[in-house]
Amino acid sequence: MSAVRERAVPRSARPHRPRADGRPPAARRAARERGGPWPYLLVAPAVLGMLYLLVYPLARAVLISFQDFRLRQLIMGDAEFVGFANYRTLLTDPRFWTVVRRTFLFMAVNVVLIMVIGLLVALMTQRLGRLWRVAVLSSLVLAWAMPVVAATTVFQWLFHSEFGVVNWALTSLGFGSFERYPWFAHGTAAFAILVLLVVWQSVPFAAITLYSALTTVPAELHESARIDGAGAFRVLRSVTLPMIRPIVMLVLCLEVIWTFKAFVQIWVMTRGGPGDATTILPVYAVQTALSSQRYDLGSAASMVTVILMSGVLALYLRQMFRQEDEL
Amino acid sequence: MSAVGRPGAAPRREATRRLRRLPLHAGAALTVAICLFPVYWMVTTAFKPSRDIQSTDPQFLPRTWTLEHFRTAVQADGFAQFWRNSLLVTAGAVLLSLVVALAAAFAVARMRWRGRRQFVLAVFIAQMAPWESLIIPIYIIARDTGMLDRLLTLTLVYFMITLPFTVIVLRGFMTTIPPELEEAAQVDGCNRFQAFRRIAFPLLAPGLMATSLFGFITAWNEFAYANFLIIKNQDQRTLPVWLSSFQDTFGTDWGATMAASTLFALPALVIFLALQRHVTSGLASGAVKG
Repeated sequence: MSAVRERAVPRSARPHRPRADGRPPAARRAARERGGPWPYLLVAPAVLGMLYLLVYPLARAVLISFQDFRLRQLIMGDAEFVGFANYRTLLTDPRFWTVVRRTFLFMAVNVVLIMVIGLLVALMTQRLGRLWRVAVLSSLVLAWAMPVVAATTVFQWLFHSEFGVVNWALTSLGFGSFERYPWFAHGTAAFAILVLLVVWQSVPFAAITLYSALTTVPAELHESARIDGAGAFRVLRSVTLPMIRPIVMLVLCLEVIWTFKAFVQIWVMTRGGPGDATTILPVYAVQTALSSQRYDLGSAASMVTVILMSGVLALYLRQMFRQEDEL
Repeated sequence: MSAVGRPGAAPRREATRRLRRLPLHAGAALTVAICLFPVYWMVTTAFKPSRDIQSTDPQFLPRTWTLEHFRTAVQADGFAQFWRNSLLVTAGAVLLSLVVALAAAFAVARMRWRGRRQFVLAVFIAQMAPWESLIIPIYIIARDTGMLDRLLTLTLVYFMITLPFTVIVLRGFMTTIPPELEEAAQVDGCNRFQAFRRIAFPLLAPGLMATSLFGFITAWNEFAYANFLIIKNQDQRTLPVWLSSFQDTFGTDWGATMAASTLFALPALVIFLALQRHVTSGLASGAVKG
């Protein structure tokens, strides 16, 4: 990928002449080269924001996860440190491990589907004529722009047991067992609908990004590979994919992180139910913290989530830096 | 990279290519249908009379169109209020993050200073921040500082969620604008600020558009924080929370629910579609290339 580099024009080599506004040019030039206070003043609001709204809450979360912090402590504010007790409680709870396994299953199913479908749609879009291409891209953008809560509500309606169009379609196709099928009463069915919803929402980003990556692959490469006699699949595997690999990896990392955090869809649609069937880590953390008022356990669960996610984060950053040696 | 030579396949390929158009177009049609059907179903349900909605034999086009459900949704308790709240929070967060990010992006793209690398690294990490995991501490901090139930709190949180992305994209755009342009203006007598405002700022328009769009979508959509930080003061709720509680309020009034969903989704859909081109280019230059 052609990352745009900053121009390395030696600043001191530039000619300077007195300015019209009469301020000493030397001071300003110095500010441009070695900073002075200006760059720090310019980034100060961003740094303060990150410190107060991101680093500080994160530190508080770590703190709470090592304390005995329940409703009483929330009100009185006399939390005691209990070391790793919360983590011990959490890690010895079989329910927690079921949730962790389910989180990974949810993520894996979603990400595989998103990447495969996204790549297929991107490849298809690239081969389409102008009109079809605009149609596909526009509808992708529309699906993408659908607010999460609205899309979740619509999916609830599509899968409504009595009046849902999905049950109607399945019954009409001859699957009589779907007559009034209560999707949200069965764990596996509810899980499947959530996967469908997340995939439907995420494919547009993956497809559009991969498509813009594909457009940067020079057509001559394809042509020469084809002239050499390579089939479509071979061209894809040996020419196209290696060329767009950095972007594929980026989209992959982002989708892993995003599906790991698919909280809203689940919360609005099933609250983690029926039973525990759709509870993944973020839902578990919020349930534990805000419903059972075990803020300490919830924070510990959040921290476990953060640790699990930072593996992906490290991969993502490595990818980022490989592309961007200029940093 | 080198493919195995198979001479003599050219004429046959010409024929297969033509044949291949059909499944290709079928695939395109299927993609369009799958992408649009939920949106279509939401909008048409909103216009159908109740007896058509509650029928086991769905109507794909409303036989008679009705605005009744929209009336129910708009007249529902606090609709205008929640719309206003959402708009205030969204606009506040987007503006704040644009201003703060523009300054930071300028410092990163145009100036050399100690700590620059570390700052950029911090921004990249912040972009991946586990927001869902910070609800509990932010709830507690907000409670301790008397910031619960206030729209300002949401504005600040959304500002922070959109800030890293905005810095990264604006920085990406800024590095594509040659600094020589600004320097030429400075030579012609502009000061540095004027040079930036007159030369670079207009060229940044697509980047600003892409990032404000992203900020708008994020803030307009956000549910988790809006749901858990606004508790007692229900007047301060935002649209997503209102929509999610709609079914509880209206029982199984799916017509009204779909009308409310339509009204909620409409701004996002319209803006997104209008700025489609910038979305793609913004992503390409910012989120993807870094």
